[in-house]
Amino acid sequence: MLTPLWLTLKVALIATFIAGAVGIALGWWMSRRRFPGNNVVDAVLMLPMVLPPTVIGYYLIVLIGRNGVLGQYLDRWFGINLIFTWQGAVIAASVVSFPLVYKGARAAFEEVDERFAKAARTLGAGEFEVFVRVAMPLAMRGIAAGLMLTFARAMGEFGATLMIAGNLPGKTQTLSIAVYEAVQAGNDQLALWLTLVISVVCISVLVVSSRLLQARH
Amino acid sequence: MKTTTRQSMNRLPTRLRTAALSAVLLAGSAASQAQELVVSAAASLTNAFQAVGQAFEQSKPGAKVTFNFAGSGPLLAQLQQGAPVDVFASADQETMNKAAAAHLIAAPTRVDFAANTLVLIVPATARAKPSQLGDLTGAAYQRVSTGTPATVPVGRYTANAIETAGLTAALRPKWIYGESVRQVLNYVTRGEVDAGFVYRTDAMIEPDKVRIAMAVTTTTPVRYPIAQIATSKQPALAGEFMAYVRSAPGQAILQRFGFSKP
Repeated sequence: MLTPLWLTLKVALIATFIAGAVGIALGWWMSRRRFPGNNVVDAVLMLPMVLPPTVIGYYLIVLIGRNGVLGQYLDRWFGINLIFTWQGAVIAASVVSFPLVYKGARAAFEEVDERFAKAARTLGAGEFEVFVRVAMPLAMRGIAAGLMLTFARAMGEFGATLMIAGNLPGKTQTLSIAVYEAVQAGNDQLALWLTLVISVVCISVLVVSSRLLQARH
Repeated sequence: MKTTTRQSMNRLPTRLRTAALSAVLLAGSAASQAQELVVSAAASLTNAFQAVGQAFEQSKPGAKVTFNFAGSGPLLAQLQQGAPVDVFASADQETMNKAAAAHLIAAPTRVDFAANTLVLIVPATARAKPSQLGDLTGAAYQRVSTGTPATVPVGRYTANAIETAGLTAALRPKWIYGESVRQVLNYVTRGEVDAGFVYRTDAMIEPDKVRIAMAVTTTTPVRYPIAQIATSKQPALAGEFMAYVRSAPGQAILQRFGFSKP
């Protein structure tokens, strides 16, 4: 019963890391730039949040499946197969939870007063230094909130994960999928236990992160 | 922008109410005109039962058959949770035995209506075909799919055949389990797995994408039982449907899809 828990935590942590890195970078970039088609790019980036997870799962199968658009080359050149692996589950969770950190980071960066960035530039700071030493610290609260939601969403991811990573006990069977299988098999007691475990973990994550956020202010 | 949102918010409940009302009216009128039968059937029966259902509806105007296809295990779980179903058809005896033990079915109505064969299939693009189960231990077969043994009959038939062949330990790391036999078929057609166990009738649906490597001898024959659900409010119609499935026209349709007589 603990294997699905560790697997879920591992998948959610790595997914949060990937989605966080990409989401913060894109959030920063989108908050600085205004270009034609700006809104379209923003809509595409937000898509994983509004599309059904099964649609995301299908996109990913078409993209990284063994005969997929990218997957066939991954297989042929590197021998990498992502379908039915926990790495595949990480990709599914990253894509589905990415909009939460992206949206949070972008809003937080837009709140940062442009005058601070200008002041830093007059003192000789480059764009990267402005990002790391001015924008990031000032936007930290919003970014942390986004990361927290990303982690929670990644932990609960089900639809796309089931399609990409399947249901392999001990390998890709995350908590949400273990609950699904227990209910399908009529094993109500196991389902109840798993449900309690995931509820307790999620509540702890939310309480701890909101305490961390309060402590900073 | 804000005004539009508020306006649409105000409009929404009215629209919802209208939609709900028309849904209720439609359902009401349908119930008074037509008798609706809900049939939960094993995933492997999907295409054949859809055809049987259409023929039954034509033979009996006013009757409407609604199908619920999934793995036999998930269907049993739904029944245990009180799903409003009239007829249950599973792909193995074990699932039906569990339904009987839980008093979910009207036991005297239970009868076998079709038989099938377990086959080992490979993607049409595969370079080689296994000629015996032992070949699956080779490096060419990294991933082999079947149904989740706990809930999907094809998984149980497979597990028993593999055990009889003495390959349980050798093949353990290779299994990719599907939620139903049709998911296994899907994995093979996409080439996501190197081989898979399905029924002959499933392999026949995708003649261009999969090839049958061999028929697999099962420890128990693959026979499909059907029964009326104890709580069905349409026992007469359920009986008529079950009789139609076993009648000459019903059996002819099943045979067209590759099923044999029980």
